[in-house]
Amino acid sequence: MAEAAAHSSNSAVDGGGGSVQNDYPTIDPTSFDVVLCGTGLPESVLAAACAAAGKTVLHVDPSPFYGSLYSSIPLSSLASFLSPEASPPTSSAAAAASDSRTVVVDLHRRSVYSDVETSGAAPEPARRFTIDLVGPRVLYCADEAVDLLLRSGGSHHVEFKSVEGGSLLYWEGCLYPVPDSRQAIFKDTTLKLKEKNILFRFFKLVQAHIAAASASADETREGDASAKIPEEDLDLPFVEFLKKQGLPPKMRAVVLYAIAMADYDQDGADPCEKLITTMEGIQTIALYSSSIGRFANAEGAFIYPMYGHGELPQAFCRCAAVKGALYVLRMPVAAVLMDEEKKHFVGARLASGQDILCQQLIFDQSYKIPTLDVPFDGSDSHFPRKVARGVCIISKSVKQGSSNVLVIFPPKSLEEQQVTAVRLLQLSSNLAVCPPGMFMSYLSTPCTDVSAGKQCIKKAIDALFSPQASDGSEGHLETASESTGDVKPTLIWSCVYVQDITQEKNQGTSLLSCPMPDEYLDYRNVLGSTKKLFASIYPDEEFLPKKSAPVYADDDSDSAE
Amino acid sequence: MHGRPRRPAKPEDEEAASAKAAKLRDLQAQVLHNHHARTYTKEAIGLSFKLLEINPEAYTAWNYRKLAFQHNVKELSDPEAIKSAVDDELRVVEVALRQNPKSYGAWYHRKWLLNQKLAPVDFKREFGLLDKLLKVDARNFHGWNYRRFLSRFMGVPDEEELKYTMDKISENFSNYSAWHNRSILLSNLLIQQSKGFESKQKIFSEEFELVTQALFTDPSDQSGWFYHLWLLAQTSSPDNPQLIASWPSNAAKLTSSLMKEKVEQHTLSSIWSRTVPIVLYFNEPVKGLNQSSVNLKSDLEFSKDIQWRPLTMADSGYSNCWAAYLQISNECSSLQEYSVEVNIPCSDDIVSRSGSNYNSPVHFTFDIELISNDTAQGLDLFDKPVAWNCSESFQSHGNRDPIPVDLLKITSALVEQDSNWHFERLSEEIDLFRELPDDNSKFGKLTLARLLLACAAIKSRGRSLIERKGYCEEALGLFTDLIHLDPSHKQCYEDERSLVLMDKLTCDMETFMKHCSVQVQPNSAPLNHVQLCRLSLTRIGFAERLLWVQMLDLSHNSLRSVEGLEALQHLVFLNISNNQISSFTALEPLTKIISLKVLDLSFNKIGAHSIDTTRYICSSPFSHKIEASEAFEEYQKVNINVEEYWDAILFFRSLKLAQLDIKGNEIASKENFRTLVVTLIPCLKWFDGEDVN
Repeated sequence: MAEAAAHSSNSAVDGGGGSVQNDYPTIDPTSFDVVLCGTGLPESVLAAACAAAGKTVLHVDPSPFYGSLYSSIPLSSLASFLSPEASPPTSSAAAAASDSRTVVVDLHRRSVYSDVETSGAAPEPARRFTIDLVGPRVLYCADEAVDLLLRSGGSHHVEFKSVEGGSLLYWEGCLYPVPDSRQAIFKDTTLKLKEKNILFRFFKLVQAHIAAASASADETREGDASAKIPEEDLDLPFVEFLKKQGLPPKMRAVVLYAIAMADYDQDGADPCEKLITTMEGIQTIALYSSSIGRFANAEGAFIYPMYGHGELPQAFCRCAAVKGALYVLRMPVAAVLMDEEKKHFVGARLASGQDILCQQLIFDQSYKIPTLDVPFDGSDSHFPRKVARGVCIISKSVKQGSSNVLVIFPPKSLEEQQVTAVRLLQLSSNLAVCPPGMFMSYLSTPCTDVSAGKQCIKKAIDALFSPQASDGSEGHLETASESTGDVKPTLIWSCVYVQDITQEKNQGTSLLSCPMPDEYLDYRNVLGSTKKLFASIYPDEEFLPKKSAPVYADDDSDSAE
Repeated sequence: MHGRPRRPAKPEDEEAASAKAAKLRDLQAQVLHNHHARTYTKEAIGLSFKLLEINPEAYTAWNYRKLAFQHNVKELSDPEAIKSAVDDELRVVEVALRQNPKSYGAWYHRKWLLNQKLAPVDFKREFGLLDKLLKVDARNFHGWNYRRFLSRFMGVPDEEELKYTMDKISENFSNYSAWHNRSILLSNLLIQQSKGFESKQKIFSEEFELVTQALFTDPSDQSGWFYHLWLLAQTSSPDNPQLIASWPSNAAKLTSSLMKEKVEQHTLSSIWSRTVPIVLYFNEPVKGLNQSSVNLKSDLEFSKDIQWRPLTMADSGYSNCWAAYLQISNECSSLQEYSVEVNIPCSDDIVSRSGSNYNSPVHFTFDIELISNDTAQGLDLFDKPVAWNCSESFQSHGNRDPIPVDLLKITSALVEQDSNWHFERLSEEIDLFRELPDDNSKFGKLTLARLLLACAAIKSRGRSLIERKGYCEEALGLFTDLIHLDPSHKQCYEDERSLVLMDKLTCDMETFMKHCSVQVQPNSAPLNHVQLCRLSLTRIGFAERLLWVQMLDLSHNSLRSVEGLEALQHLVFLNISNNQISSFTALEPLTKIISLKVLDLSFNKIGAHSIDTTRYICSSPFSHKIEASEAFEEYQKVNINVEEYWDAILFFRSLKLAQLDIKGNEIASKENFRTLVVTLIPCLKWFDGEDVN
């Protein structure tokens, strides 16, 4: 692939040894349609889309690995990634612009992670634990990300396994399976008969609405318009609609937080402003239910990429490379080039000092973008979004007999002050993210206040896991104290931190900033924004059309594993 | 497999279809030719495979293959060669099943092959095939049939098969086949008293628990309701058949007037005789009543050759109601009183449909007082047409025997033992379904109504009457709701409602007496009269409580059928005017009533519709009887239009009516109809109020 070519030219130019500064390859050609910096998922998808649209693409990343903020890294590298040493200013301003008509503006990077708190000793061998920076995250079998992978051919570079243990709801101090389908409701042993009836009646109502809505969208089919939920109900807050359907509080929690994946308290005394509407709720349920059973070998609605989420951007990079994009890793961008009136970006100066000219610059969100001298609507007074994340290594599964499980802690389930839902994703060694006999757990919750967010995460960890005995003898103490025999998994190692979710307002179109990993469980929002970015650059091009996928002889793309 | 919309054929499909048809015709001709010529060469057999590959429904090709296989395998001696021949055949079946997984011929061929027992069966492969098949369509009943065949063949314990049904139900509970197989397996296990299946109560409680999970999850799915219905039947009825009524009842005193037989006119001495029917009514259809299973003892002279006959329209041999006719003949004409003893011991002869035998011995006696009556009273009675409105209440005839409404006492004590659990179980179910929040679930309402009625039936075995009536009232309300909720099954609900109504009206003495009276006809002893008019009844139920009735007025109802009345062997007068009877075939049960003399059919719908729907609904319409053909020839000779009136002929010729009213029916307005009836019933005296002569 193209990356290899760049590397070989590197050694040829460098001739071995020399300073770090000179350890960069020279890139030829020096002009591209698009230059991307950072190999996070949105940048990689854009690279693949631009390459598929026939554009010349240069894709660089300062790190020696793919993924940027979306990567999966070995446990041993996590600390340095989350709290990077103050990097020396990658100053290149000294070097003047080679062309007097361009202006060189130095780039600065922002720190994305804060308040990192680690406890416990990292188990050995640390390199066998792969940490997702975007966790907890999964793909719906029927969501946009899966479609994109299939369309672009990226699905050939990544393998998935299902979150076969399904979802669990943390309610009144216990874990309950989430009854998310007709069969699940039937088999559930904790629901009362009446609850089963009400819940399935609600599912049926929603399914009839979805069927009717898709039938009326498709004119060739006859739909039963009466099956649709009335407009005025669709605009209602979802929680009100659920109350109208007679769902008791626990069922409401199931639907709101475990199926519609609402983040903020919907059912509280004082309604928060983040109420999802019935329309939004039903959209997620539609996705959820079409995900169940999409792939014959996937159990449940969710799948997870083997070796971690970092595989996804890499898969798209490969697609881009197949279509001719040039890849250079370990290549920071030092500065951007503007035209002399500072109205447009015209290129980038690489750390090697080489200037690359391009029509379009695309950066990941870890770069602070210098402002252009153009009128700019709206100030940057946007309240900063944050997400508190946790990573744990635990001794056994939270659900006996299941390897990969999603756990939902609805608001107020952990403590009265909890206003957001906490999600926990447990992964097993069958995903090759940890050695057998141990499990990875990711947690996240959106927050505005750092300490409140971290508090939520810690409460959730305490609720499910028991701390490791101080003498190091794993879990022997609590086996004695717990008479039930239903012993909690032991917490071996954990790390709790906060990630900023910055979204720079894109000014003009010659330099675009891609979205950061958000607080959600899936990539719908990230990919939605990515798609919009592409449309703003190339309004006439189709976004990763089906035909763009390279043809493979064994097209078994409709299987998840 | 299920719920896929059919798409209209495109022109190119038609073309392809006709090309396929041409190819098929060609192949078929060749295979048939080979079949006739008994050509069993490799090429010839290959042709049949080609045919079956395209069309697995070609039965002749399967037969041909069987013959060819038998022919060719004879010449093989090496077990390996035989095995490979069997394997080849098995593969052909698999190919055919890929084309049509529901091909009867293919499945049969496979079973046939295994039954030949020529080679050891690879059960792993067979079950593997089944798993694949049932994964594609979990409700393929051929697959389930084959599974039952295999597990019997291989001797798989029922417990394991039961587990398999649970697996399938867990995958998708909307699976009739799985529920059905479960009911069969459970029945077997309970009968065999296998380990863990000793307690029927425990097993059924668990099953109720399981199925209600499905019912409450999705009340609109029918499969669970069917299973629930089976459970209900198992819970509400006693395990073994019971005698619930008889006529004559225990300790009854009959007065029977012997009549001078006129039939054998050539004999000089006149014989005094009388036919006395004995009717036994069971709670469920049984068979096997005969002279040895039912003992009759009497000091009375009667023909020893007693035949017990089922009173039913069906040919199955099973019936709720059985009758025997005592031919009492007595040379002397003096007044005499005789006692008759009926004894039904535990019997392996008398069995219900489910195979359980009769084990509640019953013993009862009744007396017959014989009166010789010289006047040919029976005929004088019909000097004038009988009017229906002159009756008196029972009270005025205090000297009569009380109406034997409390007949049920015969067996009530015997049923007590296990009904406590049944009742508690059903009550729990009732409480549960009253809670079913789906107001408009027709299955929910229907099941609740059935549960209530089952409870009411258990209550009838000697418990509180008020509670029983409460159940009936609630069930009536539910059926009325259902008629509105589910109009396409209106008639079915109306029938059910009629049954409840009849139950309610006849279940206790006090209510029933309001409908009973004594009819006084000139020249006749008073007759037991029951009037059930203007009740919107659509069918008859609880005939066991009416066995003693001689005069029955069912006018101004909505009767579509009179099934049940055949049990009333003492019925002389029947009024079913102003009902919805639409054909003579619907009246077939009346031909079983030997005593019927007066019949009012006026203002019904006979002849109004050209299509006789009863023929499709009734279990055994006239049309199936062979004896008819001779009679038809006879009538053809006297210029009766047999084709048009075949049902009328069959109906009237079996009756010995003295009076018939049929006006207000479409058919009565037809020309020559009166002549037809008069010809068919020689003893008829009154036709629509007019003297026949």
